[in-house]
Amino acid sequence: MNEIIDILISASFWAAVIRIASPLILATMGELICERAGVLNLGIEGIMVIGAFTGWMAVYQGMPLWGGVAVAMGAGMLFGLLHSTLTVPFGLSQHVVGLGVTLFATASASFAYRLMLPEVTSPPKIEPFQPLDIPLLSDLPWLGEAIFSQTALTWAAFAVAGIVAFTLYRTPLGLAVRAVGENPAAVEAQGLSVTGLRMGAVIMGSGLMAVGGAFLTLSAFSSFFFEMVNGRGWICIALVVFGAWKPGKAVLGAILFAAFDALQIRLQQTELGAVLPYQLFLALPFILSILALILMSRRAEVPASLMVPYNKGER
Amino acid sequence: MRLEPIANPSAARQLGLPALALVATLGVAMLLALIAGANPLAVLGQIATGALGSKLAVLETLNRATPLIFTGLAVAVAFRAKLWNIGAEAQLYAGAIMAVVLGTGALGSPWVLPLSALAAMLAGAALLLGPVLLKTRLGVDEVVTTLLLNFIMILFVSYLLEGPMKDPMGMGWPKSTPLIPEARLPRLVEGLRLHWGFALAILAAIIVWVIQTRTTLGFEIRAVGQNPEAARFAGMPVNAVLVKTALLSGGLAALAGWSEVAGLKGHLSSDLSPGFGYTGIIVAMLALLHPLGVVVTAIFVAGIFVGSDAMSRAAGVPTYIADMLMATALLFMVLAILLSKVRVVRG
Repeated sequence: MNEIIDILISASFWAAVIRIASPLILATMGELICERAGVLNLGIEGIMVIGAFTGWMAVYQGMPLWGGVAVAMGAGMLFGLLHSTLTVPFGLSQHVVGLGVTLFATASASFAYRLMLPEVTSPPKIEPFQPLDIPLLSDLPWLGEAIFSQTALTWAAFAVAGIVAFTLYRTPLGLAVRAVGENPAAVEAQGLSVTGLRMGAVIMGSGLMAVGGAFLTLSAFSSFFFEMVNGRGWICIALVVFGAWKPGKAVLGAILFAAFDALQIRLQQTELGAVLPYQLFLALPFILSILALILMSRRAEVPASLMVPYNKGER
Repeated sequence: MRLEPIANPSAARQLGLPALALVATLGVAMLLALIAGANPLAVLGQIATGALGSKLAVLETLNRATPLIFTGLAVAVAFRAKLWNIGAEAQLYAGAIMAVVLGTGALGSPWVLPLSALAAMLAGAALLLGPVLLKTRLGVDEVVTTLLLNFIMILFVSYLLEGPMKDPMGMGWPKSTPLIPEARLPRLVEGLRLHWGFALAILAAIIVWVIQTRTTLGFEIRAVGQNPEAARFAGMPVNAVLVKTALLSGGLAALAGWSEVAGLKGHLSSDLSPGFGYTGIIVAMLALLHPLGVVVTAIFVAGIFVGSDAMSRAAGVPTYIADMLMATALLFMVLAILLSKVRVVRG
């Protein structure tokens, strides 16, 4: 017990929590935008892989780090375009198309990786984002290490969450996006394009998912590995449900989740880790995600038209 | 644009468009070969030869098709009822675990094979029962729960292989104690590297086809899949049908793992399945969810994978071309199926 308290009050623990939460926040915001517009995007897992790969490859080829972020975002948006073309105007099963996009994006990353680096046995490293040194704040005791020594991409993740929340609740565009996920026929009656809004939301959301993936290669680690996304996309889908489709709650969910993840890594090194198999600790994030889904099942306010395709003139 | 249903789609439209989807996939294959700097036609030829060019290649393709028939059937059965079982990978491992639990000396001949198959099916069914009950009781989306269970299961297998099931003679490799000879599926033809799992997979496809076309359950599964509200209104026990579907689907997926261990490998390892559970989704969709079609598409998909491995060694195009082709085929196919039933109109 004392060990857990020691972990929880250490600054490095909270620094890790914020670091682990960052890609989840980015991708969760992406998924949240899609779902608020009425489209479940199961392409998330593969789009994160594509983001991780393209961002890293762009930087490896000589682009600046932010250029890598932009490339990842663009690649994610392309896959968002693919997803939304099939699910919105064609109204195809969001389950099947989403999985198809994940398989396609993952395979594309693997194929392109082998094509561009046929010989390498271990992936080359890049120089990743470094922690920002903020005058005064970074020098604060405890807080300086725990909160104010993060990379620019982490700050960007929190900024994105703020922008998404503001846009959804304080702008006409956000109102239209929320409305199209609840009652598309009413949006159409207002003279707005259901197809345009939904496709736009999925493309934008997919861009954010890809940046979430790029965080892994450009900020967290400095290389690309095939298995590096490792279910984070699916966890983000659970986080959207856990956050009741609200950006603020979803960010809190991501931080809570990241805290458990950071805790399990540290617990592995304690006496508990000597007794229990390490696989149990690794499975904890997935078990927690399922528990979160169960916990929120009754209370969640699902967008009324989530997964319901809209075809003009059809009732 | 708007979609308008076609009252009586012609046979040409219903078969032609899916065929076109496959042709388009071939086009993508050639494009990818070009990008990789290889001769497109030569690459296609090498994939075909690699998959079917020799007796050895054909047997390898049929062996690879065996687990895909089982997982393809599992997905086809579930998707027919709009039960989105994406957890075939986990259910496969559940079956593989049972093959080891009962096949390493706990039971002897003649009971070990039928009982371990039964236990495998029960384990797979049990694994899908949780997500389906969460769906019917609490409305939790089964896609996410079954996906998350895949990750948990693979970690559980890793734990078993390093702990209770570890092969003491494994020289440090994470693999299980080997099965006793009585627990192994015999070869289909003496001297040929193809085991009875393949025949059982075809038998399973026939049984599923009979269930779907000749039984009340099959009728109920289709009704629930087409319109759950209407089915409920008609007095159909929708939740009970979903549970039965899940048991069948989970059991079928588990047989994939069981037959891989009992038929092909003889032990459990953490790389038993290179994503057979996920590929099963593609197999099922390409077969338009038809159980007998699954046999055909599983062999086709297996051929692409086996052929691509061989081609990759010869032509230097990354073997991941197979995964790309499968994903493309899936997306083209769902679009083709839709367009065979509706027409796109302006406005």
